[in-house]
Amino acid sequence: MPVARIIPCLDVADGRVVKGVKFRDHRDVGDIVDLALRYRDEGADELVFYDITASAEGRGVDVAWVHRIAAVIDIPFCVAGGIRSRDEAARVLEQGADKISVNSPALERPELIGELAQAFGRQCVVVGIDSLIAGDGRWIVKQYTGKVEATRDAGRDTVAWAREAVALGAGEIVLNCIDRDGVRRGYDLVQTAALVPLGVPVIASGGAGSVQHFADAFGIGASGALAASVFHDRRIAIPDLKRDLAALGVETRP
Amino acid sequence: MSIAILDLGYGNVESIRLGFARLGAEPSLVKDAASVGEVERLVLPGVGAAGYAMERLRSLGLIDALKARTRPLLGICLGMQLMFESSDEADTLCLALVPGRVREMTAVPGRPVPHMGWTAIEDAAPKSDKDIGLVNGDHVYFAHSFACDDGPATAARVTYGTPLPAALRHGHLWGAQFHPERSAEPGARFLKAFLSA
Repeated sequence: MPVARIIPCLDVADGRVVKGVKFRDHRDVGDIVDLALRYRDEGADELVFYDITASAEGRGVDVAWVHRIAAVIDIPFCVAGGIRSRDEAARVLEQGADKISVNSPALERPELIGELAQAFGRQCVVVGIDSLIAGDGRWIVKQYTGKVEATRDAGRDTVAWAREAVALGAGEIVLNCIDRDGVRRGYDLVQTAALVPLGVPVIASGGAGSVQHFADAFGIGASGALAASVFHDRRIAIPDLKRDLAALGVETRP
Repeated sequence: MSIAILDLGYGNVESIRLGFARLGAEPSLVKDAASVGEVERLVLPGVGAAGYAMERLRSLGLIDALKARTRPLLGICLGMQLMFESSDEADTLCLALVPGRVREMTAVPGRPVPHMGWTAIEDAAPKSDKDIGLVNGDHVYFAHSFACDDGPATAARVTYGTPLPAALRHGHLWGAQFHPERSAEPGARFLKAFLSA
């Protein structure tokens, strides 16, 4: 069995790594390659880079930095943001990325997921879902979350959309629970657990603040746990996290 | 030493090229039968679908050259699967360099498909004719939905419900179901072993 994956997430805007709270008020965190190397050296199992403004600005991903990362790190990484076509995905993969993640463009045109899976294999195709708990308690999908003024309801329920994405060829789902983003109160375990029976790896995202939060996510069947601010702010160091997870019975890569 | 990567216009050629470059090797990219025959070490990469990859090999006229090769050939992920006789993926006939079939994996509770992530190597045989630079317990990175039949070419296994071949070494043939170019230090050891084969 694969061991639990620890996945730092780097939000990229204008060629720098940034971080917001509940997807707002982004601040500068550092250089992309410096951070990629830092996390690789600390024992991250995988990295995700989100070009967070690409979809909201209606442009494709900026591939210049993709190649710089591919050249220096020796762990897998996924690129997300503004990938709207097979050709655009090919451009990112040709720069050395291992996986591509689609979110808003897949909501615009769900067939994109199948086109990517057919061309590159489903192990290469990640679908990111930004989920919000609506006023009536339903879990709903949000779109264009990279910019506050562009964000809107996608008109879909989270679990139904995840099921459709898997049927179309998604090889992995990253569930980002917006209500938890950047506030360090723990992953939304109920929402995350609801996707695990779909049969593809599910990555928990949004809300990590303590070692126990990571352990909880793996406990309900998440294959990986994604986090940004706790790593960027050095509240949790990955080597310490892995050591403490071992004490809680969660196996990770040494 | 010459090393080349078959560039079929699909998949993770650049990722693999950079993996070798970090070890000081300088792979060229080739897609002609003469190079497939001549180059000292050849890598058959692969992300994508077996049917498309075989069709590309056929249209480039590379199948006979790959079958005739006697110098080291490394298939990575789909590239390793293409070395088998056939694949469940669109019921594709493959290169038949290694006996057996490539079968679709089925998700069961607690074991999603694709098999994605870092899994520990088992049954490695260092200092033997199956030496691939890995030892038991090395974690390497997998991302696959199809798995090869176990057989005499298997050089290491990984358990995902059942034991599956993680690597092959048989005569001049090498294979990695995992991604050595993205498997940190153990992956680098694997690539180094291939470079010194």
